[in-house]
Amino acid sequence: MNSYLLWIPLLPLLGFLLNGLGRNHLSKNATATIGAGMVFLSFVLSGFAFGQMLALSHADPGANHTQVFYPFDLLRIPAFTIPFALRVDHLTVLFLLIITGIGFLIHLYSAAYMKEETPPHFARFFAYLNLFVFSMLVLVMGDNFVIMFFGWEGVGLCSYLLIGFWFKNTAYNAAAKKAFVMNRIGDLGFLLAIFWLLMKLGSVNYGDVFGQLGTQLTPTDITAVTLLLFVGAMGKSAQIPLYTWLPDAMAGPTPVSALIHAATMVTAGIYMIARSNVLYSLAPLTQTIVAITGLATALFAATIALRQNDIKKVLAYSTVSQLGYMFLGLGVGAYTGAVFHVMTHAFFKALLFLGAGSVIHAMHHEQDILKMGNLRKYMPITHITFLLACLAIAGIPPFSGFFSKDEILVAAYLANPLYYYLGVAGALMTAFYMFRLYSLTFRGDFRGTKEQAHHLHESPVPMTIPLVVLAILSVVGGFIGIPAVFAADAHWLEHFLAPVFRRGAAHVSEGAHHLSHSQELIMMGVVTLLILLVIVFSVRKYSTYTAGEENPSGLARVLYNKWYVDELYQSLFVQPLHQLGGFFKNFTEPKIIDGAVNGIGKLVSYGSRQIRLVQSGQVGSYLLIMILAIVVFFLVWFNDLHLQRFFQKYF
Amino acid sequence: MPIQYYIYFCLALFSLGIIGVLTRRNAIIVFMCIELMLNAVNLLLVAFSKMHHAAALQAAPQTTAGIEGQLFVFFIMVVAAAEVSVGLAIIVMMYRNTHSIDINFLNRLKN
Amino acid sequence: MNLLDSLFYFLSALAIFSAIMVLVSKNPVHSVLWLITVFFAISGHYVLLNAQFLAIVNLIVYAGAIMVLFLFVIMLMNLNAEAEPRKNLWLKLFGILSGGSFLMVLVSLVRQTAELTGKTAQLKDGNIGLIKNLGKALFSDFVVPFEISSVLFLSAMVGAVVIGKKD
Repeated sequence: MNSYLLWIPLLPLLGFLLNGLGRNHLSKNATATIGAGMVFLSFVLSGFAFGQMLALSHADPGANHTQVFYPFDLLRIPAFTIPFALRVDHLTVLFLLIITGIGFLIHLYSAAYMKEETPPHFARFFAYLNLFVFSMLVLVMGDNFVIMFFGWEGVGLCSYLLIGFWFKNTAYNAAAKKAFVMNRIGDLGFLLAIFWLLMKLGSVNYGDVFGQLGTQLTPTDITAVTLLLFVGAMGKSAQIPLYTWLPDAMAGPTPVSALIHAATMVTAGIYMIARSNVLYSLAPLTQTIVAITGLATALFAATIALRQNDIKKVLAYSTVSQLGYMFLGLGVGAYTGAVFHVMTHAFFKALLFLGAGSVIHAMHHEQDILKMGNLRKYMPITHITFLLACLAIAGIPPFSGFFSKDEILVAAYLANPLYYYLGVAGALMTAFYMFRLYSLTFRGDFRGTKEQAHHLHESPVPMTIPLVVLAILSVVGGFIGIPAVFAADAHWLEHFLAPVFRRGAAHVSEGAHHLSHSQELIMMGVVTLLILLVIVFSVRKYSTYTAGEENPSGLARVLYNKWYVDELYQSLFVQPLHQLGGFFKNFTEPKIIDGAVNGIGKLVSYGSRQIRLVQSGQVGSYLLIMILAIVVFFLVWFNDLHLQRFFQKYF
Repeated sequence: MPIQYYIYFCLALFSLGIIGVLTRRNAIIVFMCIELMLNAVNLLLVAFSKMHHAAALQAAPQTTAGIEGQLFVFFIMVVAAAEVSVGLAIIVMMYRNTHSIDINFLNRLKN
Repeated sequence: MNLLDSLFYFLSALAIFSAIMVLVSKNPVHSVLWLITVFFAISGHYVLLNAQFLAIVNLIVYAGAIMVLFLFVIMLMNLNAEAEPRKNLWLKLFGILSGGSFLMVLVSLVRQTAELTGKTAQLKDGNIGLIKNLGKALFSDFVVPFEISSVLFLSAMVGAVVIGKKD
């Protein structure tokens, strides 16, 4: 591995150390320069790596160009060795580009967005962001599951720190804790999967695990390992039933939501499953579970998003929903499609969040879309970019979301037509709630206070540059994966990722029938038409919205309250745990633990008080004890054989 | 005379001394019981001395084997005499201070 | 049963009876007198074992000097019967029991010991107990301990005077 690749994760780490240690001394400008600059350098290096990989792929298409950097062993015991090894291959390099690229844009954006913070907190924010980028890079660059787990935990930690960034607000802290605990539940599954692999194979290196499938892992092992890994992915990527932390995670600053809770961290689960595609392809049961979970999450979150009024909450549920699509893709074996959707989703969802951040910035931290409206007049750049992102996520050709979502849906149709129809229903809901959001925010009349209206303004340039760049990417990003319908052999991404997914895909394509081009075109046309209809309906309905019109009842009320899932979890898990904790606190701790400890103390002091009576100062009693001791001594001394036999018999 | 008889006899005397020490509270009686125990030991030493002498005599007629035992008794008597003089002086002293010779009053060393 | 055996049994019985009387006498003066009897009986045993020197020394030192010293002290303090406070009955019983068990354990030990069977103590004969032989040994091989014992006596005398002195 070329040594410059090592600097890709090290530079953000350096930025973290500089900003973190120097937070009381650096000015805001210096902090922002260090924070964003390190990620930018990292991005440049990633670009180099990508170019190199591209050149290699051109020279020798389809071959595996993995580079591994293996400086030392993390753990070496007789049973197994865990190396500290980083790898760069086709999949990694793609993620490197997404992470560092979007990461840089968001760092740039944050420099303006977080301007109101005092310098130490400003530096703390950038230090956390850099640490996050570092952890995420370690996650995707690890050459075995343990290194991946390090990154996994690192991003979890940064997520926690950044959600609770404004730690003076108790609700935000609670949201951070919720995210952390939910992720721990998933991490347990991941850890168990690692242990299982270590037990069965004695190694967690990707090469060893994916290379020894037929020989050492039974189908049961593979199913169990993949299921456990999927539990980890559920926690990190916010799938049913562990998704509730992600909407609450919106308590963090908006750039954090864009970077961590939309573009990168939550896709770690997708990355993990895509990385383990060989395993998943051998476990049909797990694949079905993944697909169903993904589809259920996609639909469920979409229904909730229909009735949310917080601009970030809508986007959060939208993220959960889109993640569900990615898992659907993984479940039906469309690994390339899932990764493709990760990429396009990273573009447009980051754009949506940044746009939302821009709106929130302009509205002075007002997040209720019912109190917005007609912002297109005041914020043209934000408006245009937001509209483009909405079109992209809704899946209108030729925006990027269309290509990636279409790829997943086609694969789902091949696996089971029911998946396809439900997926399309979810896509229609996506279009509906996105344009509801768009219309309420940017169209109609302004419904906020006079003072807010007076202060409305377009965001500063550092905030609009990322919006524009991401908007361009959202529009054109889909062209790296043009389906075969439009141009034969034009799916560049599939060719690029072929070395990684070849073995996994080989299992899927066996026996799979392909759709004819005409059938596929008809499906695309119908879906696009439906989506356009929904958009028109949504825009017409909500552009004329006036305050106080909505009074949710019936199903709408249930949706508004997010299906009462939080309340369900509260009564199902949190309350019993609280009661158990109370039992331990009120009974076990004082009675049993303290009782034991204090009891020993009391016993000793009681015993010593009793034994002290022997020390009476009475010569007679001393003598008595002496004589008795002599008697006992003689008895023991001259009957040692009998005693020995006695003790051997009974003990 | 079989040596066991002497041992039994001396043990009996010695045990009586112990019982006296344990049961009586008069310091002088206790002291006397200690003397009784010393004498029991003395007699046993002499008996053993004669036992060894008898055994050695069959090999060599002019031997003085076993004489150490009797010399040991002599030295015990010396020590006992010294001990008694000091001990009685202490008892007199104690009586002078407490007007009692109850050994249970000796526990004031405790505090 | 010859004369020597009869003498042995008689002297032993006398000694044990006198020792018991030492313990049970209420009056300390009686105790002292019974103890003197014990010492006489033991001196008789010494004579029986042909340890003439020790028999005489026992009489002079113990029965003569030490017991007179005891008597002297008792009379000095004017101790009579009932001067001694009653001891706890349980403690007495316990003392007797432990002394008895001590005796029992040791007796049973001696009975078990095979080395002692067939060994006899020489009565009447043997001349190591004669003053001539003891004197020879005392002034040749054991002259240093003998001299040291004189130092011991001196220090005991000084000690007794210092302790007994009225301050």
